[in-house]
Amino acid sequence: MKVKYFAWVRERVGMAEETVEPPADVRTVSDLIGWLSSRGETYAHAFEKPKVIRAAIDHAHVRPDAAISGAREIAFFPPMTGG
Amino acid sequence: MSVTATIRIQEADFDAAQEIAALTKGRTDIGAVVTFSGICRGSENGEPIAALTLEHYPGMAEAEIGRHADEALSRWPLQGLTIIHRFGRIAPGENIVLVVTASPHRQAAFEAAEFLMDYLKTNAPFWKREESETGTSWIEARDHDDAAAARWTKS
Repeated sequence: MKVKYFAWVRERVGMAEETVEPPADVRTVSDLIGWLSSRGETYAHAFEKPKVIRAAIDHAHVRPDAAISGAREIAFFPPMTGG
Repeated sequence: MSVTATIRIQEADFDAAQEIAALTKGRTDIGAVVTFSGICRGSENGEPIAALTLEHYPGMAEAEIGRHADEALSRWPLQGLTIIHRFGRIAPGENIVLVVTASPHRQAAFEAAEFLMDYLKTNAPFWKREESETGTSWIEARDHDDAAAARWTKS
């Protein structure tokens, strides 16, 4: 699946997007944050406060307990500040 | 008559007067037009800023604004709706966002415009970064924006 990062999450991870293949026991958005955080310091820094991170699956906002099965694109970003 | 919202996510500036004219030209059924323009301030928390840079999530920004436009069209009797949100570097005094609602009577136009702005601020995937003399920093989301959006939730 494709993972995209925006704003300071993107800056901390150090890239705008990547393709990942998490193991089968990574089932939810929250699991994915945990798995990404285990991949290195940049990820751990980006996700150090998981509660402030928002997520979207295929362009729709989702909660941390949302299943990632079948997702084409998952995005992580800070709370929005548009408008 | 079904109404289709005009939604544009663009780097270029827009002209609010032109957008109003595009909605109302040749129409005699519209009784009220409400326009909200969001403009870049020259200071943030009392500190002068040189510019804002808006990052957005292409694809999701259109989808999210489209969902809220559809909800506004289903909740209020609107005859026209235009939403424009800019991205990129925006200097103080320049436009950031525009919402134009047209309806037979003013209440629907006011309410729909307010609903859309409250949701745009909290749900549309845009992030502002400010530039000042001391460097750049991401603007943090505000709790009162979430509270403003929450009041539109149907109980």
